[in-house]
Amino acid sequence: MENLFVSMAAGIRSLLGSGGLSEWATDFLVMFLKLGAILVYILVSALWLVYMERKVSAYMQCRIGPNRVGPMGLLQTTADIGKLISKEFIIPKDADKKLFLLGPILIFMPPLAVFAVAPFGKGMVAIDMNIGVYYFLALASLSTVIIWMAGWASNNKYSLIGSMRVVAQMVSYEMPLILSIVGVIILTGTLNMSDIIHAQENVWFIFLQPLGFLIYLIAAVAETNRAPFDLVEGESEIICGPFTEYSGMGFAMFFLAEYANVVLVSVMATTLFLGGWLAPFGLTFIPSWIWFLLKVYLMIFLFMWFRWTYPRVRVDQLMEFGWKVLVPLSIANIFVTGIGKYLYHSLGW
Amino acid sequence: MSDWVGVALFLVVGLVFGAGGLLTSFLIHPRSKNKYKLETYECGLPTEGPSWIRFKTQYFTYALMFVIFDVEVIYLYPWAVSFENLGFAGLVKMFIFIFILVLGLWYAWKEGALEWK
Repeated sequence: MENLFVSMAAGIRSLLGSGGLSEWATDFLVMFLKLGAILVYILVSALWLVYMERKVSAYMQCRIGPNRVGPMGLLQTTADIGKLISKEFIIPKDADKKLFLLGPILIFMPPLAVFAVAPFGKGMVAIDMNIGVYYFLALASLSTVIIWMAGWASNNKYSLIGSMRVVAQMVSYEMPLILSIVGVIILTGTLNMSDIIHAQENVWFIFLQPLGFLIYLIAAVAETNRAPFDLVEGESEIICGPFTEYSGMGFAMFFLAEYANVVLVSVMATTLFLGGWLAPFGLTFIPSWIWFLLKVYLMIFLFMWFRWTYPRVRVDQLMEFGWKVLVPLSIANIFVTGIGKYLYHSLGW
Repeated sequence: MSDWVGVALFLVVGLVFGAGGLLTSFLIHPRSKNKYKLETYECGLPTEGPSWIRFKTQYFTYALMFVIFDVEVIYLYPWAVSFENLGFAGLVKMFIFIFILVLGLWYAWKEGALEWK
């Protein structure tokens, strides 16, 4: 079980190699298969998460939630997707048509590309890049531009307000997000995802970097525009923010990208702070990829719990909390981590 | 195969996925003609005035702050990676750097760039 996927990849590789393909072509085809597996994982995960979100919110509010389509309502999301695809994709006559179309086309690119460095299990990483963390930070922030572009192109006042909020919020919370990860990098001295996980074999970084984890968690919720930081969409005030004019498949794409981003920040939290695919308490008989998925969905459950517990914050509260609390705290965290690591080394504890 | 070929593959497939999704929808979705359908949505009322206007400058201040901080934060990562090799001198130098960063934050705070007006 442990090596199920790794040996599958090795088997396919040797099969292709014996078929007389050059090494480069074999690598390329194997990469294509890995990409396909990741794409399927994201899609299935998004399907499941929409259902999970509705069920979790239902039980938190003493309701039952979807229970009509399929057993226990499991096919509800599938039906929703079918509906969204078959609805008309309306382009308003006042919109900037090219940019309006480009928004939903581009929105899925950054999250998918970042999944290339996600370590799903022992040896299960599509591209084991030596600058993995940097790559995540660089690509994840591209979503801001795309959402802003979609909102501006809609030529709608709600979209304008929403997209301005996207830029302000995501840009402000990117600072604490980036700064909170520096603490982990100081401890490991590497940006490679697999090496960061190996460095946590003795103790997970959530215990060495509790403040860093907390800041990362808050900033991650804000980066994915989820409640209590969902001012971007803010249904009761600005309809649906930048996505107001999008219907049918265009809306579905933004929705899919949003859930892909939720999975993504959870994957990063698991990798950086929760020991990635390492098994706790020596329970190594359960495969590493199952541990990884367990931790990721635990994180996602936490995000859902936040969403259905806290009310939405105000814009001024959001900005002041980001710049006046989180940024100074994360800088202090870097200070303490740096001094702590230096003392630890020089005193030889 | 270089890592970046893989990254390019991921980016291209991401683009194709988005374009393919929209294309599928264009092929099968219904089309109905109605001149009011293409109007800009404004809760049922006719649209008043343009939306492509000059907007609140407060957002610009935050963007400016972000650019300044982001460029400086880029230098923290190489330092963090080679933390062990740099020793005490590296620690002190980087703390001077962060101190200047904090000074900038303090100035922006004092001048009210962080207040939401």
